[in-house]
Amino acid sequence: MTNSQISAKYIARSSAIAARMLGGEMMIMSVKDSTFFTLDPVATAIWQAADGCTSLSEIVATRICTEFDVSQETAMADAEQLAEELAAHGILLISDQPVAERPIPSHPTSSYSIANSQPPRGIQ
Amino acid sequence: MSLMAAMNQRALDLGVPLSVHLDVTYRCNERCVHCYLDHDDHGEMTTAEIKNVLAQLSEAGVFFLTISGGEVLMRRDLFEIIEYARGLLFDVKLKTNAVMVREAEARRLRELGVDQVQVSVYSHRPEVHDAITKLPGSLRRSIEGIRFLRAQGLKVMIANVLMASNFSDYEGVQELARELGVTYTLDPTITPKMDGDRSIVSLGVGAPALDRIFHDSTLVGDVESFCAPPPAPGEDIMEGYPCSAGHTACYISPYGDVYPCVAFPLPSGNVRQQRFIDIWQGSPQLNEVRSIRAKDLPTCSSCAHVGTCTRCPGLAYMEGNMRGPSTADCQKSFTRTGIASANMLKKAQERSVGPLIQIQGLADRNSMPAHIS
Repeated sequence: MTNSQISAKYIARSSAIAARMLGGEMMIMSVKDSTFFTLDPVATAIWQAADGCTSLSEIVATRICTEFDVSQETAMADAEQLAEELAAHGILLISDQPVAERPIPSHPTSSYSIANSQPPRGIQ
Repeated sequence: MSLMAAMNQRALDLGVPLSVHLDVTYRCNERCVHCYLDHDDHGEMTTAEIKNVLAQLSEAGVFFLTISGGEVLMRRDLFEIIEYARGLLFDVKLKTNAVMVREAEARRLRELGVDQVQVSVYSHRPEVHDAITKLPGSLRRSIEGIRFLRAQGLKVMIANVLMASNFSDYEGVQELARELGVTYTLDPTITPKMDGDRSIVSLGVGAPALDRIFHDSTLVGDVESFCAPPPAPGEDIMEGYPCSAGHTACYISPYGDVYPCVAFPLPSGNVRQQRFIDIWQGSPQLNEVRSIRAKDLPTCSSCAHVGTCTRCPGLAYMEGNMRGPSTADCQKSFTRTGIASANMLKKAQERSVGPLIQIQGLADRNSMPAHIS
């Protein structure tokens, strides 16, 4: 799958994960292999918007470019890379059709989250 | 620093309860001789109450949720509770004796995305295991349960509590774990009952058994490093905290009582009367626990082991002083290194039984000086 192809895709959060916001970063653990990740604020915004019904390009346009100081082109490239990486770890599901996924809270946040506008760093 | 360590540090800095141990019942189908719980039901939280607590824990930032008991499957709503917890995206670990785990239960746990199931096994021999659980056939049933869990691809850990009665079987349990394809952990500590009754502590292993455990590389890794004399503590050690209890972790009983840890029965609030976050942030008891640094420990701060001891503040609390030593951990530090703890030296002096050498040769470590208890 190429980057240009994935931009038309739909992304959904996997249910086989554990996740919580901690100090402005999303902690995610894969239940399958206990791999642990943290997402920076931009990656967190993409992950939270991954409802399976909204395309990645729409997420970038409505959730990233409007909230973070980043160009559409840069944000799209980062989002495509991020989605591929998260999908490779089973954290996101990618489909060329809207994805029906078990409903999970879109904002599993604690009251300690800190909003900022760091550039995309993706998964760590 | 690993990602997990960094997360723990961030949670500590932010005052976030990263881990909560929730007992959903104290009822149990086994009657283990060493159990610290009263198995009667004194008014467990209802399904709705537990769901409400879980929602509060999610809001508070809890990531790791251990659901335990008693035997968790004594609750008919267990799967409803787990499903709700997973919907809130907790990392859920389960503790059970697996006696009631059959194929359907194992499949449901896998479907719900439970991270790990910990099963208590005391021996590979039925006559030893079943004598501890007082439930005939329990070892066979637990092993069958583990096989069902493994068949679903679930991660399983065998927890092997060691006592005098089953100490000689731990290698057999290790071999059983290998055969079943599960991980193994050993715990040589018997904790007093939550009501303070210390009678069961005498069931624990003695110094010779501890010595064998601490020199078994299959358990401790590099024996030389594990048993090395403690380095001189730096300022970071003296300013440090003893463990995560009350700092990034706490325990909630089936009745809603909040404690710093399952092994630290200091009543700190009740979620039936207060919001969890108000207890977590405002409990005088939790704040007192948080205020204690290693330098504040009257005996332990002067101990050679202060930087490496496994001192449990909960065990110290149950001995009468949360700032005091934990005798069981003094014993471990001594057995591990051959160096008496400050608490041991203090007790020896109080008894006025003559001089005591703090540092022993390795050849002498098997025998604790007769005047140290």
